[in-house]
Amino acid sequence: MPVITYREALRAAMREELQRDEKVVLMGEEVAQFNGAYKVTEGLLKEFGPKRVVDTPISEAGFIGLGIGASMLGIRPVMELMFWSFSYVAFDQIVNNAGNIRYMSGGLINCPIVIRGPANGGTNVGATHSHTPEAILASHPGIKVVCPATPYDAKGLMKAAIRDNDPVYVMENTILYNDKGEVPDEDYIVPLGVADVKRTGEDLTIVAHGRAVITSLKAAEILEKEHGVSVEVVDLRSIRPLDEATVLQSVRKTHRVLLVEENKPFCGVDAQVAYLIQSKAFDELDAPIHRVSSIDAPQIYCKRLEDQQLPNAQRVVAEALKVLA
Amino acid sequence: MAEIIDMPKLSDTMSVGTLIKWNVKEGQTVAFGDILGEVETDKATMELSCTVPGTILKIYAPGGSQLPVGAPICAIGKSGEIAPDPAAPAPKAAATSTPPIAESTGVACVPPAPAATSSGASAPRTSSDERVKASPYAKRMAEKAALNIAALSGTGPGGRILGRDVNAAAQAPAAAPVAVAPAGPLNVTVPAPADGKGIQPDADIPVGGMRQTIARRLLESKVTVPHFYLEVEVDAAPLLAMRESLNKRLAETGGADAVKLSVNDFILKGSAEALRRVPAVNASWAGTSIRAHGAVHLSFGVALEDGLVTPVIRDAQAKSLKEIAVEAKGLISKARAKKLTPNEMSGSTFTVTNLGMYGVTGFYGIINVPNAAILSVGATIKKPVVDASDRIVIGQRMVIGLSGDHRVVDGATAAQFLQALKLVLEDPTLMLI
Repeated sequence: MPVITYREALRAAMREELQRDEKVVLMGEEVAQFNGAYKVTEGLLKEFGPKRVVDTPISEAGFIGLGIGASMLGIRPVMELMFWSFSYVAFDQIVNNAGNIRYMSGGLINCPIVIRGPANGGTNVGATHSHTPEAILASHPGIKVVCPATPYDAKGLMKAAIRDNDPVYVMENTILYNDKGEVPDEDYIVPLGVADVKRTGEDLTIVAHGRAVITSLKAAEILEKEHGVSVEVVDLRSIRPLDEATVLQSVRKTHRVLLVEENKPFCGVDAQVAYLIQSKAFDELDAPIHRVSSIDAPQIYCKRLEDQQLPNAQRVVAEALKVLA
Repeated sequence: MAEIIDMPKLSDTMSVGTLIKWNVKEGQTVAFGDILGEVETDKATMELSCTVPGTILKIYAPGGSQLPVGAPICAIGKSGEIAPDPAAPAPKAAATSTPPIAESTGVACVPPAPAATSSGASAPRTSSDERVKASPYAKRMAEKAALNIAALSGTGPGGRILGRDVNAAAQAPAAAPVAVAPAGPLNVTVPAPADGKGIQPDADIPVGGMRQTIARRLLESKVTVPHFYLEVEVDAAPLLAMRESLNKRLAETGGADAVKLSVNDFILKGSAEALRRVPAVNASWAGTSIRAHGAVHLSFGVALEDGLVTPVIRDAQAKSLKEIAVEAKGLISKARAKKLTPNEMSGSTFTVTNLGMYGVTGFYGIINVPNAAILSVGATIKKPVVDASDRIVIGQRMVIGLSGDHRVVDGATAAQFLQALKLVLEDPTLMLI
């Protein structure tokens, strides 16, 4: 199986979908002539031409609104945000318009839009460029949110997102763009709402999403080698719809849970996951649920401090040992 | 908005209830306070009164069904409203239900504080944290393995009992704390009578809530409480003489409603007085401490056709012989009618049982947890005794046994209590002061 980067996997997903369905178009700032701010769409303008791969002005509210309108008329736009942090200036379009139109039209109008782009801290770009809005967006009924952690999932989730008839927001991660992994050439999708056990274990369940999965897998290695602890890592992949069954199944196996995410802790995704577990698997818990999140402060600009602000393997190991006490 | 009415928890120890009958039908309008039906708990039959006025939309559990506490039994709402689907499990047929799993030992049963006006035998002490700290998973495992979780020691943070602790206990049967209830039906194989008739037909007799509670609580007591036994013989002649004279006077003055004092009333009053003199016996084992009780809440056994209940006389330390006699009589008739409320059967600090009326000369009861001791009263019988001047005379003797919880009281303390009781019973005028 070919080994390609997360970036290439995303590009492959979009290329295959552009080929498969002429209604699929890419739009965003510099996606065409500049090949994408992070080169995710590199070469696609050349291959598919300016009608399918379209540069937009620097106006998120404008071009996201354009994409939503187009999607309501049958186009399947894949919109790039240079950073998900910039989604905040298009919040009304993203949440109010895209999220509600199917409901408010009584099911007459679909909004099959994909909005994608990086949503992560850890790159020393400061407080306003480092947001991770998956929890904020997923709290709105009508909106689907996915956070791929690996190249395989990036391709499969992107293709599933493009084929879905509702707005699906794909949160990528600039730090993962160069990560390599095995990705099949052939057509496949990773269904929305299906979590994945990335590592099996007996003693502790770590639930994570996005890059926190990678961090958790590193921590699981350390826990196994240095502490003899067998850790299961569940990758949510989809924040909404949320795969409750896979999470609960793992909790029933290990009886101890650590939740890891790069969000800020307050009202984070894992606040919801913790609620889910105590509500549906209370009698399975042998210890309180713990969380590792980003430290609760605006994203720190100092690189060395920011490295500590995000969950890292050391913090995950330390917290895991507390759950295992 | 329709409301689902659940099987209420009507006593401390109730885990299932039998819905004996419904007084209402679906579609019937009910008002606050209406009696919807009757529920048999492990101790008594109680009326189920209506707390939500409206129309009975749906009866989920037919009369005769046995349901766990919290299971939906009916829905009340506006006429014409659709009854909601209950989320809880469907009722089980009474005969096939499994016995309730025992909860922790009685350490959590806290007798009420003495009434404000009473002068307690000893000051109530605040005990340390008596709640069993265990993870939900450990609790569930213990329940499955029928282990008494309160008897385990925890290796988790702050002594929390964890799954591994239950596992360790379950896998080391020799060292493990005793199982407090059999996990399922026991296989009883006995050959049928050779003559084909026998003294009664071979049969599996379904047991009700009361029998299950007796089985559970007494097994729990006998296997978790270290019993020890003392016995004392009491000269009952002065007591019998005083009883006769008092009853005569009471009959003369009281007419038809006259109170008649029983021997047991004297024993109850005497026990309260003896506990005042040796309050250390009026206490409970609370896991990590001993809880002293200020009030004497006296429980006494009442035999019923199909079991036994133990109603409680509250604040016996502050009640006269007559008051105790009247209250005991009332509780006995309520017990026989199965109308005792859970409150009337809980919170005791000491228990008296009496088999004297059957001619039993002496015995030892099983401690009624969380009491520290139980008094077992035998029959008063005439027999030769050596009197103070070394002559052999006809004595009226009563043998009283005491079963004590050795965690709470030692032999010497229990002996002092029996000494005090003997003193009061042999000089019953002491009961008057």
